[in-house]
Amino acid sequence: MALLQISEPGQSPDPHTRKFVAGIDLGTTNSLIATVREREVVVLPDGAGDVLLPSVVRFEANGRVTVGRAAQQAEIEDPLNTIASVKRLMGRGRTDVGDCPYRLAGGAEGMVRIETAAGAKTPVEVSAQILAALKARLEETLGGPLSAAVITVPAYFDEAQRQATKDAARLAGIEVLRLLNEPTAAAVAYGLDRNPEGLYCVYDLGGGTFDVSLLRLSEGVFEVLATGGDAALGGDDMDAAIVTLWTARGAQARTPEESRRLLRAARAARERLSLETEVAVDVAPIYTGALSRTDLEAAIDPLIDRTLVACGRVLKDAGVRIADIGEIVLVGGATRTPRVRERVGGLFRKTPLHDIDPDRVVAVGAARQADLLAGNAGAADMLLLDVIPLSLGIEIMGGLTEKIIPRNSPIPASRAQDFTTYKDGQGALAIHVVQGERDLVAECRSLARFELRGIPPMVAGAARIRVTFQVDADGLLNVSAQETKAGVESHVTVRPSFGLSDAEIERMLRDSMASAEADAAARTLREQQVEADRMIEAVGAALAADEDLLAPGERDTIAARIAALKEARGGEDPQRIREQIAALDRASAPFAARRMDVGLERAMKGRSVTEFR
Amino acid sequence: MAVTLTESAAKHVRRSLDKRGHGAGLRLGVRTSGCSGMAYVLEYADQAAPEDSVFESHGIKVLIDKKSLVYLDGTVLDYTREGLNEGFKFQNPNQKDTCGCGESFSV
Repeated sequence: MALLQISEPGQSPDPHTRKFVAGIDLGTTNSLIATVREREVVVLPDGAGDVLLPSVVRFEANGRVTVGRAAQQAEIEDPLNTIASVKRLMGRGRTDVGDCPYRLAGGAEGMVRIETAAGAKTPVEVSAQILAALKARLEETLGGPLSAAVITVPAYFDEAQRQATKDAARLAGIEVLRLLNEPTAAAVAYGLDRNPEGLYCVYDLGGGTFDVSLLRLSEGVFEVLATGGDAALGGDDMDAAIVTLWTARGAQARTPEESRRLLRAARAARERLSLETEVAVDVAPIYTGALSRTDLEAAIDPLIDRTLVACGRVLKDAGVRIADIGEIVLVGGATRTPRVRERVGGLFRKTPLHDIDPDRVVAVGAARQADLLAGNAGAADMLLLDVIPLSLGIEIMGGLTEKIIPRNSPIPASRAQDFTTYKDGQGALAIHVVQGERDLVAECRSLARFELRGIPPMVAGAARIRVTFQVDADGLLNVSAQETKAGVESHVTVRPSFGLSDAEIERMLRDSMASAEADAAARTLREQQVEADRMIEAVGAALAADEDLLAPGERDTIAARIAALKEARGGEDPQRIREQIAALDRASAPFAARRMDVGLERAMKGRSVTEFR
Repeated sequence: MAVTLTESAAKHVRRSLDKRGHGAGLRLGVRTSGCSGMAYVLEYADQAAPEDSVFESHGIKVLIDKKSLVYLDGTVLDYTREGLNEGFKFQNPNQKDTCGCGESFSV
């Protein structure tokens, strides 16, 4: 029996359609999964109550794979088959990787492969195991399948590393809603995305890495202005510094096991000193003594200094002054140490945000983002983070593109534009959806075609057809056309980026810049040709309908003007076409005025004047 | 005719309503849907409709429309934990079959 949750009024889900979305922090040391339940973000624990899943995977010869704490415990006995910190190898080639504690297979070409008892494993496969373990945790907790997730990646991850992360998710059977930059996720967790704009600094001191990122929020879009840090600096170094202090006081570790015991004691002491001012240390017989907060601070200050220097460098790179920073967000377990908070606050002259557990803050932001992208939160909370790479539009008369959503618009986006019919009594409209920057449809990419039928008979230009483009958070484009008078409607759904590789997008953009002038000239010509056609069509229809209103000789004059315009329209000179359009307009103006009068007379016949008041 | 909440269900509803900040109570109901024909409705109620029957159980106001009540009479709503999962469960004496997952049922 499935267990149910309370829904908002009218929003009970249909059975068998309950889908869960999650935020996943796929970390170097630990990974987490979080989801929004009854409007609140919950970071999901395992059966033992642990929310942190150590990012460690062990492959055994019998094909058994263990992930997390169990794998971590095997690290010492089976170091070569127990892979930790695989994130550092994601998207890397053999030549990119220097020293590594594992046996690497393969030549210089292609992706790194790690030799294990169960065969060679790529970092993608190892990461997929971690993701699969998190997915299983969520499905067991919520009693339903995980449909999609937002996965966080460091801001400095390049395309290859991001792609590797996506591949790992696919391998684990997780649809990626979006990859989100870790610092952005942290900012989202604190709701900074609800501010109109601002500059934010995210200070992320984890177990083994330090990252600092400078974010700029404008119009709901977070942009990473600069990143910096140190890939080998973290809480582990603080523990080592404490052990160094103890060694100076006489501690002596003779075996690796004793060193590890000292490190564990150092870490425990450091954590307890977050709340206390002095703790007793008992690692008998290796070391017994006390550690005060003052001792700790003296030991770790040089490490904190290094992080602050990195912060300063990032600010300098981005040309930003400390006074311009709106908020500082603390991420990573090592920022629990009060001394870190104090020194970071000192540098920025502001108290850093630290209310959300720094181990969980990234997962919390990712879950919140996933919830928004899945459309579970109200539209008012919609968060804009992605942009449309190339403009979206439709084809108009003359093979021209009319852009409806311009390039770089943040998604989700929705724009509408009104179009009209071109011929009298036109009953249908063909809509051709295109993507690209060029003015001519032939140079853009065709995405879809559909027709709007059932437009009631009207004179050309009287119908009002509203074409609406909507791009949802997944990049899915919905185009609908509605004739507002009769209410007929038609629509089509397309995935705009489908099949467009980054290289294609780049080429299309380059082409559009290079041919801007030629495009503009072609556009003017086409516009005049279309206008000429419209004019010839309209005057012809009027001549046929109201022949009796023509003055003597007027028909010949107008016919001559039509012939001249037709001739100009066949040429390539937009200026000449424009002149001939004006000439036909002048020649037919008296006739048009007479038609108007007669039309009015007909409309008013048999009615009293008061009806028109 | 009556529908009741267990104490743990009432406690959880109270907490959820407090967190939500507003709401008159809890709405229960059935809808036709799913592979065995019907599905339960479990929602916050912002206001009572004229056709609602209103019950009170452990201080929680429970609203049920008349049509649904026929299928829900005698139901006890419980809040339980199964492994890592926790949530509400309808103990409905009228229910005959459920589909495998229990999300829909027939009477």
